[in-house]
Amino acid sequence: MDITLPILILALPFTMFLILGIGGVKMSRKLAGVLGICGNGALLAMAYTVAFTYFFSGNPEFIADGIRQQVQLFDVTWLAFTERMVVNIGFLLDPISAMMLIVITTISFMVHLYSWGYMEHEPGFQRYYAFLSLFTFSMLGLVVATNIFQMYIFWELVGVSSYLLIGFFYKLPSAVSASKKAFIVTRFADLFMLIGILVLSYFVAQTPADGPLGGASAFNFLMLNSESSNVLASTIGATFLGGSVLTWAMILIFVGGMGKSAMMPLHIWLPDAMEGPTPVSALIHAATMVVAGVYLVARFFPLYLIVPDSLTFITVVGAITAFYAAVVACCQIDIKRILAFSTISQIAFMMVSLGVARPELHDGLGYMASMFHLFTHAMFKALLFLGAGALIHAVHSNNYTEMGGMRKYMPITHWTFLIGCLAIAGIFPLSGFWSKDEMLSAMYANNWIWGAWMTMVAGLTAFYMFRMYFRVFWWEENPHYKEHRPHDAPWQMSLPLIFLAIVSIFSGFIPFGEFVTWNREPYHIHIEMQVAVTSIVVALIAIAFAGWLYLKKNDKPARMKAALPGLWTAANRRFYWDEIYMFVTHKIIFNGICKAIAWFDRHIIDGTMDALAAMTQFFSVRIKGMQNGSVQTYVLWYFFGAVLLAVITWICLL
Amino acid sequence: MDLSMLWYLVPSVIMFAAGVYGFVTRKNMIALLISLELMLNSADLNFVVFNRFLFPGSMEGMVFTLFAIAIAAAETAIAIAIIVNIYRAVGNTDINSVKKMKY
Amino acid sequence: MDSVANIILYFVVAICMTVFSVMAVTSRRILRAATYLLFVLISTSVIYFQLGYEFLGAVQIAVYAGGIMVLFVFAILLTRKPGDMSAPLESHRRALGISISVAGCVLLLLALFYMPLLNGVSLIEAINSGNRITMHDIGVAFTGTSRFQYLLPFEAVSVLLLACIIGGVVVARKR
Repeated sequence: MDITLPILILALPFTMFLILGIGGVKMSRKLAGVLGICGNGALLAMAYTVAFTYFFSGNPEFIADGIRQQVQLFDVTWLAFTERMVVNIGFLLDPISAMMLIVITTISFMVHLYSWGYMEHEPGFQRYYAFLSLFTFSMLGLVVATNIFQMYIFWELVGVSSYLLIGFFYKLPSAVSASKKAFIVTRFADLFMLIGILVLSYFVAQTPADGPLGGASAFNFLMLNSESSNVLASTIGATFLGGSVLTWAMILIFVGGMGKSAMMPLHIWLPDAMEGPTPVSALIHAATMVVAGVYLVARFFPLYLIVPDSLTFITVVGAITAFYAAVVACCQIDIKRILAFSTISQIAFMMVSLGVARPELHDGLGYMASMFHLFTHAMFKALLFLGAGALIHAVHSNNYTEMGGMRKYMPITHWTFLIGCLAIAGIFPLSGFWSKDEMLSAMYANNWIWGAWMTMVAGLTAFYMFRMYFRVFWWEENPHYKEHRPHDAPWQMSLPLIFLAIVSIFSGFIPFGEFVTWNREPYHIHIEMQVAVTSIVVALIAIAFAGWLYLKKNDKPARMKAALPGLWTAANRRFYWDEIYMFVTHKIIFNGICKAIAWFDRHIIDGTMDALAAMTQFFSVRIKGMQNGSVQTYVLWYFFGAVLLAVITWICLL
Repeated sequence: MDLSMLWYLVPSVIMFAAGVYGFVTRKNMIALLISLELMLNSADLNFVVFNRFLFPGSMEGMVFTLFAIAIAAAETAIAIAIIVNIYRAVGNTDINSVKKMKY
Repeated sequence: MDSVANIILYFVVAICMTVFSVMAVTSRRILRAATYLLFVLISTSVIYFQLGYEFLGAVQIAVYAGGIMVLFVFAILLTRKPGDMSAPLESHRRALGISISVAGCVLLLLALFYMPLLNGVSLIEAINSGNRITMHDIGVAFTGTSRFQYLLPFEAVSVLLLACIIGGVVVARKR
């Protein structure tokens, strides 16, 4: 395949970032908006062309004997540490990266269009579009990375874009804190990821260049994942605390993914990240950046299969996070926070699905299901966020107590939001049903405990989503509407909602198994009836319960809250994770460790320097009498010096 | 008893030591200059003696001494001009009255 | 074997030099100190003559003993307070001065006597082994530009003297 389009796919958003960033101050809002959207539209067309060429062209470069190939379209050396540890920049085209191309560019385009309406009256409009382009560039670079180091570079870039966009309203202290928190937590996780990368590549680089690993860079994905790489053999000698080095490396790499994908205990930044503008939340914190961790595990999947203990770790972390997030979401009042915790829960779902995937269990169904859910989740979560944005735009508040009975005033938003909620609850025949069903099948195949646990979480998901839906659109009309009638969003905001709703309805019918599987052979999806029926029944029960509580205004929710006040408060306060972190950092790290280190620095290190200076000063005061202005004294000293030199010379000559 | 090099160098050394004593001890600036001339003279004598006894065939030492004499003359002229100027400024030629250039 | 006259001449001149130099730095009257310096310079010139450097000896008398000493005498007379003809020269730091000068002298003499570089060539041999330095040789050396010839320093010294003349005039003129 000609490399023009791939290079343009990476170059275009970066160029847009530079143009809008540097020239933005001079541009009018309209021009910046048009430039941003057109640039992104061109990007959309290019990405779709590349992806569809990959999937449908039948070119033997891309599909041979029914197995889809992984093609490195270009791979240039950027930085060489040693002969084997070389950082390249390249473009890898394979099923998951092609799928992600479609997802990222679609959501990005929708968000660009939506933001035109949403951010109309905000200052810094041009800066916003510049940062959106930067984010798109970083995310695209991440998914098409040919080697782990390139992915790491773009990983950090994505973190930077997220920081810039969360802190977009930089005059707001809460937004500034939230952006710092996001960046610091993800950066902290990335430290572990870097250690994992280095451990892995160190051991891989030890193998001889003409051995089974070939002469490729120690960071390259294709090399690491290939069966002939025999990575385990190279690391088998080393163990650390009972686990093999490879297990440790893969778990450390996953910790980096935990930070980015907000798994417990590194999830604390995502609810706070809702301080950013709502389209940003839709793009970054629902559909694209937070799935980077899932994508990372999918990329390294063959390596993870070698050490199943790491997959067990991923499963456990994902399961606990999913349940935690679902419980917390049931007690939130801010609609964006509900959606944030829902995102955490759904991504944990994807992680669990990846964790339970095995080649012997339905041909690695969990992998395919996880990617399928990534695709559908991106669409309907973006839809939900954009719909929430429309609601917030109408009532100028995030709090759902300001809303109620919205169905009369905002019909488009109402119907699209309902479609999104049905999709996430997993109701037939919307897309969420198909992907969630496959995930649950994979989990049941591995161990019935995972299946049962995640079905419960799915039920909770349906419950809290419909709690929000009924509370916002039904319940009772808010008396404030008399003064300020909420109205449906302008066309720039409604069009993305409608498009995404259509996608959410029909994307479930895509035969995903033909496109994306763990070993790239086609897999025919079939529905397991008992799993499907169980999940639909659980979801319907949850929806009915939510309806019974929230359809019309009543005091049942209030009575339930009064009955278990401690539990409700704890869930509302996210089970005090933020307080735990504050305690550990302030009391233990700052007061305990840092104070001692600061004392050492101030008194011993600075003290030594100050003492040296004081000593110099003392001596200089003492000997300044040597320069008393009298020529004779100077000559005296000179003579002494000469005599001393002569004596030394004499001694040396002896 | 041959007149060897050492014989000529000993008076030179004594002259130099006398010059040092005079320089450090005297208070009058002209007396200081006189001691300085003693030291210079001793060094010139050294050059000539070395030339005669160690390198009889060449004349570098003598030429150096010639130049040293010329330069000593120039330097003495300037030094005396300065001393005269100082005498006009402070009224005496005491070396201890021009101690301004100190810490 | 040096002739007796040479030895006697040497002793006389050496004793003159040492005695007069010590007296020059310990005398209480400045004009006497200048006179003693004059005698020292003349003694040095005699040594130059004895060593065979006639031109140098002549220059020593003409420039040093003649020009510089006149300069000193003028300076002494110019910097005297009127009516103060016999203000005695004082000395300070005598102990320090004596100690260091004696120490320096002893050190140098020790270095001299133990220095292996000195050879025992006698004066007669040294004078005989070297070629006589004529005025012609000196003239050629001072106006030549090849190795061991001193045109450049000669010109440089002339510039220096010019600078000193001008500098002296500038420094000492009456405002």
